[in-house]
Amino acid sequence: MAQVTLDNVRKVYPNGFEAVKPASYNIADGEFVVLVGPSGCGKSTMLRMIAGLEDISDGALKIGDRQVNKVDPADRDIAMVFQNYALYPHMTVRKNIGYGLKNRKIDKSTIEAKVQEAATMLNLTEYLDRKPSQLSGGQRQRVAMGRAIVRDPSLFLFDEPLSNLDAKLRNQMRIEIKALQRRLGVTSIYVTHDQIEAMTMADRIIVMNGGIIEQIGTPAEVYHSPASTFVASFMGAPPMNLLEGRVDGGMIRVGDTVVGNTTLAVTGPVTVGIRPEDLEPSVGGQLRIDVSIIEELGAHRLVHGHIAGQALTMQIGKDTAIGDGPIPVAIKNNAVSLFDHQTGNRL
Amino acid sequence: MKRIKLETILDHTVLIIGSLIMILPIVMLLQMASTPDIETIKNGPGLVFGDQIPVNFEKAMFQADGFSGANTGVRMLYNSMILGFGFAFGKIIVGMMAAYAIVYFRLPFATMAFWIIFTTLLLPLEVRILPSYEIVQKLGMLNTYQGLIIPLIASATATFFFRQFFRSVPEELVEAARIDGAGPIKFFIDILVPLSRTMIAAMFIIMFVYGWNQYLWPTMITTEEDMFTLVRGIKQITQSIDNTNVPEYGRANLLAIIAILPPVLIVIFFQSWFVKGLTESDK
Amino acid sequence: MKRAGFSTRWLPIMLLLPQLLIIVIFFYWPAWHAVRSSFFLQDPFGFGETFVGLKNYASLFKSSAYMRSAWFTLFFVVLVTFFSLAIALLFAVKADKVLRGAKTYRTLLMWVYAVAPPVAGVLGVIMFDQSWGPATEFFALLGYDFRLGVNYYDTAFAMVVVSVWKQLPVNFIFFLSGLQSIPRSVREAALIDNRSASSRFWDITFPLLAPTGFFLLITNITYAMFDTFGVIDVLVRGEPGNNPLTLVYKVYVDGFRGNDLGGSSAQSVVLMVLVLAMTVFQFRMVERRIHYT
Repeated sequence: MAQVTLDNVRKVYPNGFEAVKPASYNIADGEFVVLVGPSGCGKSTMLRMIAGLEDISDGALKIGDRQVNKVDPADRDIAMVFQNYALYPHMTVRKNIGYGLKNRKIDKSTIEAKVQEAATMLNLTEYLDRKPSQLSGGQRQRVAMGRAIVRDPSLFLFDEPLSNLDAKLRNQMRIEIKALQRRLGVTSIYVTHDQIEAMTMADRIIVMNGGIIEQIGTPAEVYHSPASTFVASFMGAPPMNLLEGRVDGGMIRVGDTVVGNTTLAVTGPVTVGIRPEDLEPSVGGQLRIDVSIIEELGAHRLVHGHIAGQALTMQIGKDTAIGDGPIPVAIKNNAVSLFDHQTGNRL
Repeated sequence: MKRIKLETILDHTVLIIGSLIMILPIVMLLQMASTPDIETIKNGPGLVFGDQIPVNFEKAMFQADGFSGANTGVRMLYNSMILGFGFAFGKIIVGMMAAYAIVYFRLPFATMAFWIIFTTLLLPLEVRILPSYEIVQKLGMLNTYQGLIIPLIASATATFFFRQFFRSVPEELVEAARIDGAGPIKFFIDILVPLSRTMIAAMFIIMFVYGWNQYLWPTMITTEEDMFTLVRGIKQITQSIDNTNVPEYGRANLLAIIAILPPVLIVIFFQSWFVKGLTESDK
Repeated sequence: MKRAGFSTRWLPIMLLLPQLLIIVIFFYWPAWHAVRSSFFLQDPFGFGETFVGLKNYASLFKSSAYMRSAWFTLFFVVLVTFFSLAIALLFAVKADKVLRGAKTYRTLLMWVYAVAPPVAGVLGVIMFDQSWGPATEFFALLGYDFRLGVNYYDTAFAMVVVSVWKQLPVNFIFFLSGLQSIPRSVREAALIDNRSASSRFWDITFPLLAPTGFFLLITNITYAMFDTFGVIDVLVRGEPGNNPLTLVYKVYVDGFRGNDLGGSSAQSVVLMVLVLAMTVFQFRMVERRIHYT
């Protein structure tokens, strides 16, 4: 088991492109951390640097107490699950799982015992003599997990491991991976572009964009107090409504409507963020929303409309009645976030 | 309904005519090999098969027509085998090694190596045949198997083919292998070579046929009759037909059939690999 | 290069060494040799050489025999390429269409790939034999006296026929695989849009085959120029005499038989330039248009 420490770790490619700007953070022993962001944000590069598949341009990386910048991937005591699983197509499941152990010159009976143990844990026992091509997507995913588990690593790395599965299987595997990690208690870093995976699996989330870490925090923190408009719009589906507004003497306005108060010492233009589920139709509501379209989603409904000429989405319960035209809407619990008009940072 | 049927008949007619055009000349060769030479000299190819195949087979395989008496069919078959297999193995081994180096390693001079190697795809052996001959001569490799095979390997078709294939192998495989503690040699032997099995088979067929069917190069490099290959020997046969009073058509034609049989059988039996190798190697 | 390539130093060099050595010794050295000797005049008795500049080239283009061979090569290449492509395309389209016996037809139409060119030449010699060749007899029926090896045009005709026959399988295989790679949905869309089968072929299938066709065009030109050596050598029975000769055959005859090393090298260099020009053209074309992906 190990903690992971990054101290100003940076990645610059030979062509001058800075894929990861200097990043520093600390992952506690046994913690499950999810790196999330849009494609090209540097999250995979970050993971690959931790794995040793990519050279670190600057800074220091520690796994446990050991600085591993120059250590070969095989010697970092890590295991990695790849997006396309990277199973060796010509080897049986048994050999796939045991290949890393074989390379460590571990004796055959020990390998067999470990492979059996992992296979039992993952319900793969009856597939041990099959080749990857004879397995379903979910089973391949499990083999990839098995390959990681048998190594008894001090760090698990996951590179979008679920993105090749269909939605139903993805939900199931999400829970399995999380449960497995809880059981084994191994520090894990998990890369995904799917904010639902990030929210549901992580102890802590690291949100990245354009090579920069935008925010590090628990799922609740990231969701309820996004550090920037980017985090606000990236986490949550449908995303947070971001409206152009201004603050005058503590009053937050969008157009002519006052949407809340703030104790922050700001005046002038701001970006106002409101989660769709924090809006609800209410007779006494201070907002007037022009409803244009209602999407029926079964468990709830999404109402798309406008306020002061700006698009806005509201999530309402399946039983809430709603009419056409301008309707009065209230904001629950004063749940309004304010961001800098220019930089997008939370105020 | 009736129109469609007519169209189908037309399609089949075209294909049958095509098949006949491809196959009849060889049937003709077989017929002549089965007929007594006197008959052939008089009437040429006929419609009736004779019983001379065993006799001509005996002559073709065990009799020589040269001065030294060394170019029997058996000897030429042996030489052809060495050329076919030697060329195919040599080319595949050399090509795989080079392609592996180019695709999987960080080389300071990678781009230069790439261009040095792939320029060879541009110029066929035929345009530099004489200087190549002189160099083989200078190196004392005339009438040797090395002299026959190695210069033919000096074109990077196999290297190019394996480079394309290695590039299509998912990146993650080498990464997973590195995390699994496999070094470059282990990765090559444990993973890349087994993965390439189909590609190797496909390439082997193409290269075997190519090597076996070489004509110009063996004609120049081998002057001693015990080094002749079957295909190179064809020339000897046609010349002996022209120069003798009683041309041995039966023997000559049977030898021609023996010369085409191994590559033809390989192409037919391993058809899907062969087609794969052919269509994927040239892209 | 893979993202996570190995960074071992000596291993890749060892891996590349055999290939590089072979190439340098048996490709670059001879190629350089050819270029160099094309500027020299060799003493016929092997006593040294004299630098003559472009003289070898000049005498080449003044030589009527060479120009005759160049013109013949041009016609030969055009005829072989056109007919082997056209006939193979016809076969491929039909073989792609029929349901019954498709595999058998495929085998029968492609196995000739494995027949060595000089054996194809032998078949030609038999077919066009002066006294009893089946093809000669056929021409006699039409009232034409076909004379292989005597009449220049008759010999050329036989060369084209045999070369086309030998090249059909390769073209057939590529066209068929090209046809089979046209997505089913595209064909079905065409089926809905257009009821005439022949105009469907020219409007949809043919353009989609263009990348294959273009690739084959270059392959066939190269084939007709270089790989027909065996066919020609057997058809002319090693006696160039008054027969039509391709440029490659002439390099061999002048250099190897005639011992005119300088002239033969100049011919080699001319061929090299031709091939290089063709390759550059090919890259340009491939880059520019004929790719739909």
